[in-house]
Amino acid sequence: MTPGGARTLEPWRWLGVPMLQVVVVTLIFAVPFRFWGLGLPEPIFAMPAVFAWAVIRPSMLAPIGVLLLGLFLDLLWGTSTGFWPVCLLISYGAVLAARAVLGGQGRAIMWIWYGAVTAFAMLAGYLITMLDVKTMPGMFSVFWQFLATVLLYPFADRLIERFEDADVRFR
Amino acid sequence: MSFRDNPLGELKVPLTWTAGIVFVVVLIVAVTLLLSDRRESFDTDAYGQTRTTTDRVLEPVGEALSAPSRWTGAGVDSIRGYFFAVSENRRLKAELKEMRQWRDVAIALRDNNERYEALLGLKTDPPIPMVAARIITDSRGPFANSRLANAGAEKGVKHGHPVVSENGLVGRVWGVGQGVSRVLLLTDPASRTPVMIDRTNARAILTGDGGPNPRLDYLRGQNPVRNGDRVLTSGDGGVFPRGLPVGVAVKGLDGAWRVVQASDRAPVDYVRILLFEDFTSLAAQPQLDRLVPPPPTGGLSTLPPPALAADATPSPKAGATAPPGTTPGPQTATPAPKAPTTPAPKAATPIPKAAATPAPKSVPAPAVERP
Repeated sequence: MTPGGARTLEPWRWLGVPMLQVVVVTLIFAVPFRFWGLGLPEPIFAMPAVFAWAVIRPSMLAPIGVLLLGLFLDLLWGTSTGFWPVCLLISYGAVLAARAVLGGQGRAIMWIWYGAVTAFAMLAGYLITMLDVKTMPGMFSVFWQFLATVLLYPFADRLIERFEDADVRFR
Repeated sequence: MSFRDNPLGELKVPLTWTAGIVFVVVLIVAVTLLLSDRRESFDTDAYGQTRTTTDRVLEPVGEALSAPSRWTGAGVDSIRGYFFAVSENRRLKAELKEMRQWRDVAIALRDNNERYEALLGLKTDPPIPMVAARIITDSRGPFANSRLANAGAEKGVKHGHPVVSENGLVGRVWGVGQGVSRVLLLTDPASRTPVMIDRTNARAILTGDGGPNPRLDYLRGQNPVRNGDRVLTSGDGGVFPRGLPVGVAVKGLDGAWRVVQASDRAPVDYVRILLFEDFTSLAAQPQLDRLVPPPPTGGLSTLPPPALAADATPSPKAGATAPPGTTPGPQTATPAPKAPTTPAPKAATPIPKAAATPAPKSVPAPAVERP
């Protein structure tokens, strides 16, 4: 334990392991698999991690982790370089700014917040795509990805529950 | 307890501020990356070394991850084949019977076509070589739709080559590396494909929007499309060869005409990459670039009388046989220039009667086609 009663939070535990999990699950869901004519959904698996990191504590490493995850998504999915880093980082920044409000909220309210932040990220993606390729992405496909991502909140909740109290300085 | 009374307050404030500063710096880096990306240009160089290297790394990973789904699919197919062999056999027999009739029609049409081509002296497109590839990763989100295929530069795949499945057009190659290439799907928001409606020959641009059914934009003419019309590539702009099946036109819920893709009929696991080159690269460029001096016009003070021009029937090229049903006209409709080597001003291009030959459909200049 460090002096002053502040217990350190190992970065690999709350940043490294979730990052690795996100990378692996995203790769698995990128497999071209179709069953009865339906493909796998494509949720943004990085979103629960990004939301949870901002809630757990402010950190110098977390934005870099968000940047790396975003770049990975760009390279895997073929979006413009910087597209997902920007979308994820502004969501991270929004949660970080609202952290004082989020503290102590129940699971349902946090889920709503998570949904709002996901919608914010997707709105940013929508606008960037519009500016980039001069066409509007289909609303149905945007909504479908939003829905699949919102359903991932339990993973964010688990991460928050596990590490929220790990650093007493940011309770 | 007030902020000052908190014994950890001194620690908390600097760390929060530092984290905030790092966040701002990283955000600036991300925005700079986004602004400096040239994905929209679709140049060969714009794809970049980073993406090429990543694709090469992703290729074995995707191969390994997609292997179980391939095995599962093969297993399901085997079981289905075993249990439904009788009904499948019946269906195939009926299909074969129908196909035999179509074969006879196709042979007759091919014969006719060859005759017309010989009569007109048409230069048809050369056969397009192709390579087979397997799809190893797939992105299906609303902002990007692309796939990685396990054939790359070593097989002659180049940027821009069309990619088709057994059912129809899938997209085109956007990035190439050793052993891997990235295919931009027709549904990607950045994809623009010049297409035509088979029934009316109307041109349109197929625009992806991240959904399963891309939109038909810039449709021209009155009622150019109906539900169920077949949509093919038009070949305009030389990006795709003409006549590749794209899908069927349907009216979308938003009122726009959309296309149900032909390639969606079955899982796109194997594709063929057409090693198609732009028609400009097939032409003899040095010959096209050579400047031809204009015909001498010094002696021509006036145009020929209109009556003479009206009576004249356009004549075919020297050496070509006249198409059936046409009257062979005089050798020259307009006064020919003295020097036989210089091109004639008007009668240089033979225009056969429209009723006699299936004239090639007019190809308007491509609309806003993003390469």
